[in-house]
Amino acid sequence: MENLLRALGRNTLLRVAKLGRASLFMLHVLSGLPLILRRPGLLAAQMYSVGVLSLMIILVSGLFVGMVLGLQGYYVLSDFAAEQALGVMVATSLVRELGPVVTALLFSGRAGSSLTAEIGLMKATEQLSGMEMMAVDPIKRIIAPRFFAGLISMPLLASLFSMVGVAGGYFVGVGLLGVDEGAFWSQMRAQIDFYDDILNGVIKSMVFGAVVTWIAVFEGDDAVPTSEGVSRATTRSVVSSAFAVLSCDFVLTALMFGD
Amino acid sequence: MNDAVGYAELLPLTQGFDQLKLTVNLSVRDNTRLTENIWLQSYRMTGVCSPEDILVSIRDLSFFRDERKIFDGVCLDIPKGKVTAIMGPSGTGKTTLLKLIGGQIKPSAGTVVFDGVTVHEQRPDALYRLRKRMGMLFQSGALLTDLSVFDNVAFPLREHSGLPESIIRTLVLIKLQAVGLRGARDLMPAQLSGGMARRVALARAIALDPLMVMYDEPFTGQDPISMGVLVKLIRDLNREMGLTSVVVSHDVHETAAIADYVYLISDGKIAGQGTPDDIRRSESPWIRQFMDGLADGPVAFHYPARDYAEDLMELK
Repeated sequence: MENLLRALGRNTLLRVAKLGRASLFMLHVLSGLPLILRRPGLLAAQMYSVGVLSLMIILVSGLFVGMVLGLQGYYVLSDFAAEQALGVMVATSLVRELGPVVTALLFSGRAGSSLTAEIGLMKATEQLSGMEMMAVDPIKRIIAPRFFAGLISMPLLASLFSMVGVAGGYFVGVGLLGVDEGAFWSQMRAQIDFYDDILNGVIKSMVFGAVVTWIAVFEGDDAVPTSEGVSRATTRSVVSSAFAVLSCDFVLTALMFGD
Repeated sequence: MNDAVGYAELLPLTQGFDQLKLTVNLSVRDNTRLTENIWLQSYRMTGVCSPEDILVSIRDLSFFRDERKIFDGVCLDIPKGKVTAIMGPSGTGKTTLLKLIGGQIKPSAGTVVFDGVTVHEQRPDALYRLRKRMGMLFQSGALLTDLSVFDNVAFPLREHSGLPESIIRTLVLIKLQAVGLRGARDLMPAQLSGGMARRVALARAIALDPLMVMYDEPFTGQDPISMGVLVKLIRDLNREMGLTSVVVSHDVHETAAIADYVYLISDGKIAGQGTPDDIRRSESPWIRQFMDGLADGPVAFHYPARDYAEDLMELK
């Protein structure tokens, strides 16, 4: 019993200490903003590897998620003869929840894990340390552009996910199942509110982008510099990102959509 | 300074260091005296009697990692324009010492002074300014794997110099020529052999024309030819660029061949020091074991354990 308490206390302390390190680390990363403004090329290169290279998985997943939504929505709504509301249903679920959340989960798997592994390996091969000795701050030069690239890419990717998802829902609902096209679009336009739905969705995806990229770059920088350490850090990065995204989603949803 | 002149006059009159030590005021506190001794030895080595000739001065340095003592009251001086070797068995914290000089970690006690500036008291921006004047060659080379050889050497110049690309190109080619790899400029780090990677890293370390280059285990894992190349490079660069070199190594013969002065570190302390000849002639059993590579001696072959027979006989 005593050992259990002791282990609990030790783990809690370790976690709190890690949170503290992560916060200080974040401040350091944010201090890299002036460098990025001065040299936007650094950001652009990372936007490509973090954002553009994630496009494929995001677009394909978005399409299928939208198609499944169209199919399931149609089965439920047609029982109530309300299949004209399919457009609203698909769009609301995508813009409010599925777009930001699923994009964030995919993003952490696609981009977050590679950020963690890349930074962890750079640490393990002394590249970060070598940069420090060349009087270049690796957190500003290497990590900050990656963080801001993730921060900017996430909302864009989530928006694309939702757009493609709506198109998938349209294809299944209108194209295959014969829902009325006019009703599909007009009800969607009437019911979806720019501030309540779209803006809140964008805010969510920005928060998720910050959280996922923060976890990814921090885990990379905090990795034990061995191959085992980097592999553990990569796993931790994806797992903690998933937890963080889903729990943040609950809190944000409660704050945003509770009347 | 006045004292310094006094020592300078004394020195030619004395035969050896032991005699000289007696002439130093023995009433001063122990660690001050130790400092004096080392300072006098630097005098012997450089032949110039002035603290201005010391580039890095380490005093009473202690460093702990997770309660484990790495250094305990280390004092050493690195004179300008010379090759100073720091040798010792693996795991004695030789690399840690270089990181302490570079300010990447802070000492638990004591001071590290580089060119008159106390390294670990600097704010980050001042520390980075200081580091522009030191180059470091990592054991792994630490090349940036996503950049070509040329871009790796150009990296510090592009980050710091603000020079136009045409001048950077010239400078990079000069540095690559110095290490004999101008023809390899378009290769990626993954295409280089270990020795070549280290030479590229060396070209990068001298890209900003530093005062001092620190070599972390430059000879480890090199074939005889690359080893010879590196030995020659360290020696030549030191002479031609007027560099100060610090070589951390346990390759006894290569290091002794190029060093002007040698410090031996063991168990967190300076176990011996002197010119390579002094070290070779030393009678100290530990130094003998280290220099001759003997399996047993003051450093026992066996890790501390209980009685062998007892251990074998124990039944579970």
